[in-house]
Amino acid sequence: MKSEPQSPPIVLSVTDLRIEAKANDGWIEIVKGVNLTLRRGEVLGLVGESGAGKSTIGLAALGYFRPGCRRTRGSVRFGETDVLGLTEAKRRTLRGTQVAYVAQSAAASFNPAKRLMDQIVEAAVTRGGMQRAVAEQRAVALFRSLQLPNPEIFGKRYPHQVSGGQLQRAMTAMAMICQPDLIVFDEPTTALDVTTQVEVLVSIRRAIKEHGAAVLYISHDLAIVAQMADRVMVLRYGEAVEEAPIRQIMEAPSHPYTKSLWAVRSLQTPAKPELEPLLEVEGISAAYGRFKALEDIDFSIGKRQTLAVVGESGSGKSTLGRLIAGLMPPVKGTVKLDGKSLPTLVRQRDKDMLRRIQIIYQSADTALNPRHTIRKILGRPLTFFQSLRGAAREQRVIELLKMVELDPGYAGRYPAQLSGGQRQRVAIARALAANPDLIICDEITSALDQLVQAGILQMLADLQQRLGVSYLFITHDLEIVRAIADRVIVMSQGRIVDQGSRAEVLSPPYPDYTKLLLDSVPEMAPDWLDRLLTKRSSAVN
Amino acid sequence: MSESSLSASPASAPDRNMVQQIIHALRQAPVTALTGLVIVGIYVVAAVFAPWIAPYGEYEVVSDIPFAPWSEANLLGTDQLGRDFLTRIIYGARNSIGIAFVTTLLAFAIGGFFGIMAAALRGWVDQVFSRLVDAVMSIPDLIFTLLLLAIFGSSVLNLILIIAVLDSTRIFRISRASAMNVVTLDYVEASTARGEGLYWRIVHEILPNILPILISEFGMRFCFVFLVIAALSFLGVGLQPPMAEWGSMVRDNAVLINSGDITPLIPASAIALLTVGVNFVADWLLSKSSGLSNEE
Amino acid sequence: MVSNSHPILGMILQRLALGLLSLLIVSIVIFTAVSMLPGDFASAVLGRSATPETVAAFQQNLGLDQPWPRRYFQWLAGALIGDFGNSFSNRPVSAVIGSRLFNTLKLAALTAMIAVPIAVFLGTICARYRNKPIDRFLSAITLASISLPEFFIAYVLMLFLATKLHIFPTLSSIRGSMDMLEQLHRMALPVLTLMFVTLAHMMRNTRAALIGIMSHPYIEMARLKGEPEMRIILRHALPNAIGPIASVIAINLAYLIAGVVVVEVVFVYPGIGQTMVDAVRNRDVPVVQACALIFAANYIILNLVADLVSIVSNPRLLHPR
Repeated sequence: MKSEPQSPPIVLSVTDLRIEAKANDGWIEIVKGVNLTLRRGEVLGLVGESGAGKSTIGLAALGYFRPGCRRTRGSVRFGETDVLGLTEAKRRTLRGTQVAYVAQSAAASFNPAKRLMDQIVEAAVTRGGMQRAVAEQRAVALFRSLQLPNPEIFGKRYPHQVSGGQLQRAMTAMAMICQPDLIVFDEPTTALDVTTQVEVLVSIRRAIKEHGAAVLYISHDLAIVAQMADRVMVLRYGEAVEEAPIRQIMEAPSHPYTKSLWAVRSLQTPAKPELEPLLEVEGISAAYGRFKALEDIDFSIGKRQTLAVVGESGSGKSTLGRLIAGLMPPVKGTVKLDGKSLPTLVRQRDKDMLRRIQIIYQSADTALNPRHTIRKILGRPLTFFQSLRGAAREQRVIELLKMVELDPGYAGRYPAQLSGGQRQRVAIARALAANPDLIICDEITSALDQLVQAGILQMLADLQQRLGVSYLFITHDLEIVRAIADRVIVMSQGRIVDQGSRAEVLSPPYPDYTKLLLDSVPEMAPDWLDRLLTKRSSAVN
Repeated sequence: MSESSLSASPASAPDRNMVQQIIHALRQAPVTALTGLVIVGIYVVAAVFAPWIAPYGEYEVVSDIPFAPWSEANLLGTDQLGRDFLTRIIYGARNSIGIAFVTTLLAFAIGGFFGIMAAALRGWVDQVFSRLVDAVMSIPDLIFTLLLLAIFGSSVLNLILIIAVLDSTRIFRISRASAMNVVTLDYVEASTARGEGLYWRIVHEILPNILPILISEFGMRFCFVFLVIAALSFLGVGLQPPMAEWGSMVRDNAVLINSGDITPLIPASAIALLTVGVNFVADWLLSKSSGLSNEE
Repeated sequence: MVSNSHPILGMILQRLALGLLSLLIVSIVIFTAVSMLPGDFASAVLGRSATPETVAAFQQNLGLDQPWPRRYFQWLAGALIGDFGNSFSNRPVSAVIGSRLFNTLKLAALTAMIAVPIAVFLGTICARYRNKPIDRFLSAITLASISLPEFFIAYVLMLFLATKLHIFPTLSSIRGSMDMLEQLHRMALPVLTLMFVTLAHMMRNTRAALIGIMSHPYIEMARLKGEPEMRIILRHALPNAIGPIASVIAINLAYLIAGVVVVEVVFVYPGIGQTMVDAVRNRDVPVVQACALIFAANYIILNLVADLVSIVSNPRLLHPR
């Protein structure tokens, strides 16, 4: 808590910043008059969904605009200097030494041809006026404080030789090497798995506290920002909708949009009675070459039920979905539909079997053919499975669009003319067109914003009520599991480590992995990370 | 709260018909592309209407002396056999462009078909075709062409077939690579999961998405084929006399260069101008198809 | 065991083996092409003098009366020691090609030595000043010059530099007896022509390779670290571009080979390109085969070298986990 009468000096002040980006015809404003101030030792969180302009503002703080972007108005002052008034050469001298940046994907942001140490000390040695040996010593000290393994020799490695979580910490070290006054963190943990994310968050937070610089922390996840920031600015379509201390934002958000940032958390479908099984998976194993993707998987999905399969990347959950859809053969085991065993591959299944199982993909951008109209996308399965043509087909297309709460007028459009959420609704309608009994949903909401996610999840629950369809819901997001699952399977490294009803899996006692996973999911509370650390250290002692 | 109340409505692209789209695209085209289009247009007119435009017949000997100088009767003089040079150039447009066009079309048919098949079927089919293409491409084109011409002889048909087959290897690679990118996308897998056959997947899912790439590649490949034919004719192993062809016209009249006469450079410039024009257009199409793939 | 030692050794050995394999395949392709000779080939070549006896003798000379594998291995064994049999004009092929091969190699090597560094340099400049006037200017020129037929450039240069200005001779007939300077003077026009052709391709591809590298996030990161643009190109982009640039150069040497053939004919330069064209016109198959094998082998070896350079310059392979 900062209660000194004298407030620390202002490090960064942005006034009425407006930035435009080049679009097909002309320019579109993507940052619309943002103001912010940041004092020494303060951490300001920038929260917003994709396209809110967070990264653009973060980069503008370094006086940097991506190709195809331009500033039209406003100023960025760094201490006493007007950054945007400087020439590019002058701005460059600030970067790396006084203002530093930590990017989202460390794996892509490190040069693969150079050793980590060479990259980390580069700015310090060439422009920070530091002796190479001194810089290296300082880097090792930073590695230590960021809890990197073998800090003495860590810098001798090449980027591809260390893990993603370690690289992200190495990039934090690179940002801090010259002791800059301002560090911009741009979604530093978004590309990581939840369990790795916790370690990285802890290290970054410790380093920030020791360092005392002003920090701009950008994330789409308010729960994460809540652990790192003192103050939060919520952005939407390039405008600040709300700015307040973190506790105030969480406890009493003044803008409805802010509250919608945790829309999925407020969703919960009622529990349903268990009915006889629709799909049974017995003793399934699968492999990619010598890599075992799935081992001895057993479970069943009841009629009108939602089964959530949860796990981190590489746990085999998507492979499971592809296997059930007949896109990949198992090494052993059987899949039964209504008690009858299914042939393993698509081409061996008859049309009725194919009709009964449908799949929806994570990204509707790639799941809908960009050269087909919505009419053709929805009409083809109608013709293929039900031999509908002409007016009957057209009528059904309109019904399907209404079913997924889209305007029937969209039938003539192409996917590129719809928003991301609308496209995913079309993908759902395409699955429904087949009149399926089971829909495999592979991370179908993870590319979408919270509010859109909540809308789609609610709609799926309603459709289940009306149509009696079952869902196999593959996800990495425990909030979604909490919201809609009847039963849950937890997977890790190709095996099922826990399964049962939603209530059984999500409440104690937990197996080890489920506990780790549940603990790692950031909660919507500013002191979640502190509590977790206390809990862990007391468990060790 | 419904989604539509909070999210922005999608950018409603104006629905234009084909003609309007083309006019719109032309308005935004750079000067180089427009210049290229004009050049290509002139050549096409010359090629199609050659018999009406040309002052004399293609093989007609109009002068007793070879290499007659420029005059009113023979604007660009005559060639080594006393045939009107200008006439030969106009007919040359017809022969050179026509043959190169047919060859490129054939190359695209062969390479495109096998490339898409290889990407759609994968497995051993892909392996066999890809290795075969690797083997053919490890011999430089011109050398391989010369080898085959030595064996089969230089008839027009042989020339077309040999160059089309050899050039189809590159089109195979282009279409296989772009089809591969499409095949791995979820919408193709979705159609597989639905149980669609190979024909549907190729014609409805893959082809419409790689067609823009193939069309924009056409110009580049046409230029290449055109230059190879011109070079072969120049070397005396391509199109054979008495057919009017720009490459062989350069060769037959090259001696004039030594006396400082630029006439032999005219057919050479005709070749150069056309390829520059086509390349300008192709460059524009390529950048359009790679940059703004969703615009149409 | 290869797997125990450094994996890069294994990869290099694998590439070398692959290179050898492609040489073998190419030799089979080139040799087998002769077996596809149309039936009337002998009469076509022999023309009026084709009698059943002369045709039989011709077939025997080509070895067409013997089984394929035997002929192939005889031919390959001969080729390895430089003996390609007799040409249709009954001179040994090696005598026909002989010193001309050396002349062609000299011409190509000289061109490559000048063109490659200039192409890499100008390509780097274009990538550095992308979309700036200098880049637009050079890109327009190169786009135009890759559109021009080789003989057009050759004759324009000849017209201006030889016929009008008399700086260089119109014809480039060199002999071993000439001194170095005299030979270079006569080779100037062919080298200049070839440079125009290959430089443009190489420069465009170098530029594209560098710009491809420049779009990686680690380049943006270097900018955000405040590195100057020239340092970013030289220290961050170039080390990653060595492999791609090596392979575009190797691929573009195919244009050098094609260019050599045309340029030798224009300037009457005594190399094997001209020999090959003459042989094609006379349908002297043994000579054509020999020339094709030599050109293809050179091309494959250059590509192999480029492959090895990309392996050796790839940090992921050099420094495995």
